[in-house]
Amino acid sequence: MRRYFNIIAAYSIMLFLIIIVGIFQSWSIALSILNYCLISAVMTMGANIQWGYAGLINFGIMGYTALGGLAVVLVSVAPVPEAWSAGGLNIIGSLILIISLVLIVRFFLKKYKNHKYKNYFITFSIIFGVILIRFVAFPGIEAIEAVNPAKTGFLGGLGMPVLFSWIIGAIFAAGLAFIVGKIALGLRADYLAIATLLIAEIVVSIIKHEDWLARGVKNVIGLKRPVPYEIDLQTSPWFINFVEKLHQGKLNLLSSVSDKKDMLNQLVIDASSVYVKLCMTGLFLSVVIILLILTQKALYSPWGRKMRAIRDNEEAAGAMGKNVVKEHLLIFILGSAIVGLAGAMMVTNDGLFTPGSYRPMRYTFVIWVMVIVGGTGNNFGAILGGFVVWFLWVEAGPIALYLINFFTTHLDETNALKVHLIESAPYFRFLMIGVGLLVIMRYRPKGLIPEKINVKKI
Amino acid sequence: MPAITYGSQLALGAIFVTLIYGVLRFANFATGDMMSFGTMFAVLLTYYFQSAGVGLGFLPTALLTLPLAILAMILYMLFIDKFVFKYYRISKSAPVQLAMVSVGVMFVTQAIIRIIIGPFDRRFMDGEKFILKASEFKEMTGLSEGLTIKSTQAITLVVTIILVSTLFWFLNKTKTGTSMRAYSDNEDLALLSGIDPKKVVMITWIIAGFLATVGGVLYGLDKSYKPFVYFNNMLPIFAAAIVGGIGNPYGAFLGGYVIAFAEILVTYAYKKFFIYLLPKFLEPDSLVQLLSTDYKFAVSFSILVIVLLFRPSGIFEGKKI
Repeated sequence: MRRYFNIIAAYSIMLFLIIIVGIFQSWSIALSILNYCLISAVMTMGANIQWGYAGLINFGIMGYTALGGLAVVLVSVAPVPEAWSAGGLNIIGSLILIISLVLIVRFFLKKYKNHKYKNYFITFSIIFGVILIRFVAFPGIEAIEAVNPAKTGFLGGLGMPVLFSWIIGAIFAAGLAFIVGKIALGLRADYLAIATLLIAEIVVSIIKHEDWLARGVKNVIGLKRPVPYEIDLQTSPWFINFVEKLHQGKLNLLSSVSDKKDMLNQLVIDASSVYVKLCMTGLFLSVVIILLILTQKALYSPWGRKMRAIRDNEEAAGAMGKNVVKEHLLIFILGSAIVGLAGAMMVTNDGLFTPGSYRPMRYTFVIWVMVIVGGTGNNFGAILGGFVVWFLWVEAGPIALYLINFFTTHLDETNALKVHLIESAPYFRFLMIGVGLLVIMRYRPKGLIPEKINVKKI
Repeated sequence: MPAITYGSQLALGAIFVTLIYGVLRFANFATGDMMSFGTMFAVLLTYYFQSAGVGLGFLPTALLTLPLAILAMILYMLFIDKFVFKYYRISKSAPVQLAMVSVGVMFVTQAIIRIIIGPFDRRFMDGEKFILKASEFKEMTGLSEGLTIKSTQAITLVVTIILVSTLFWFLNKTKTGTSMRAYSDNEDLALLSGIDPKKVVMITWIIAGFLATVGGVLYGLDKSYKPFVYFNNMLPIFAAAIVGGIGNPYGAFLGGYVIAFAEILVTYAYKKFFIYLLPKFLEPDSLVQLLSTDYKFAVSFSILVIVLLFRPSGIFEGKKI
């Protein structure tokens, strides 16, 4: 029990903080912070698997998150039949062309390994293929984008339940990770970081600018939800009765009927948003718990020991007959799949897909700060890091505002310095996160809850 | 012409990355924000000078404020080094750890910039806008197509040439420069032969301050100053440094131009080109771009991926990876 004391203490403090937000700001805000904390926790678990278990540095988290989000759109949105009839054939045609191009290049690489003109063949076929694809795809894309551009202008999705898309998001991310891993995993650590960062940027820019796929920067809004909608709740009688019962005492204090009705209305509206968020929290929490159990089991299995051995000494592990390259690729794919899952969860939570909002600052570096702050190689630590950093990220603005007001009370309201500081309060979050990271790196390089490895003493 | 300008700006940044990587041995993720930080001083001082009525006539005032901004930047860098990076250097941490620390520095720098100057778009270019206007060029040569040379382009070119040639002279011909290269090649051997590591590190940061500020100010003059854009510029700069072979200043210099030219060539609208080249009936009706300009960044990163695949150490041999 004593071993887990600091973990339990840390989590109770975190819960306490969220409850404080609930009391002082509103329960709706507290719950949405909690939801985002849970999503961040999933992301950090993904990153932690890569960095903590295997020592692979992946700065491409943004790309996998975006792919997960894309999966939600492609799976859950209803298909747009007009667009399919307008340009579907062209798109399918160009997809077939792309696949055959890849196959041709592979064929050349395999069959004519030592041929003199091998590279010329490949270059020629790629250039020719790209031109052909452009000719096939371009009219299709224009036709699709012309279909009702204000509302659709894209192919739509499959119209399946949104929960299904979480799995698809993970698979998408895993596929990308396979390609990236094949290209970049042989590189040294900081090269790998840069390469993954740039590849993620390519992925996001493709999602942003291929409007036929998911409307690009025009965003997709009104995505399906796995939980009820507020509007439906507000009109359903059982929910209204439930809220009435919950606030019986408060309502009885009011005398007039109309007052009572207004009050009840307000309460129902508040309660419906809380209820929806609670449902989401339940879903996310179950995902986090399932993942936590799986990752903990993996960490203490023979496979986990092997990963640690590879992380701590690649050459020795290789000499013992472990296939380092294969294991690295596997863990890269696993971690990225979890990040993709988190991306899908996030888009589901928001109900909208905005490719323009995927920026390396928010989706790569902040996640990395979470992993480092929480504790590398320790799943409890990673989840805690997700909670702490996200909480700071959201609440830094209000805290900074409070501090500024506190320290400048002796200045008058129109003082230029005070006004300027209050205006720039939101940017103090960068300062807090940065300073926090530097302090942790310096004085607790293993994070808040460091990695613990049980070794039996002989 | 835009390619050369953009390339020069990238090249300065890439040399900055490469120097830090070569001498201090880590990938500096705060690059974009350090450039932004230096530029911020130049912008603020420019506003101050403008209000005081001091200027350089047809040249932008920013050139006058540049030395002061560089000074401020160097002080900031030495400050960061003393309080942040030094600890890890002395305890010989892994490069990855230093890279993570630089992420922390990036956050802090970004916060300071936004708190001081705000996240808004600012133009601080003054003085003469064009050296050669399209209409003047037509009059001069009698050709039907115009050619413009913006004064910022000329300034960028001149300043880059001066700075880079001084830098290479310094690295190759002076004693300090040689000791820097020795330190970068083999740290232990350099220490044995009596090179003072503290001095080498300090000189590196000073040079880095020059490069970051000048690169940032030139970019800001040419386009405009916006902290977020500077942060994003870090990516093509990294691409340039790696393409050229990280740790190798010459490679980085050329890498900047490779990236810039590739971006412009691939996204250039070839319509006019084809109109002149082809007979009337073949005239294209679209812009005839290989890729739309939206993919500007993606192009440079794809080049990077290709280079990493075939020549992992860069076009010009860099450090071993």
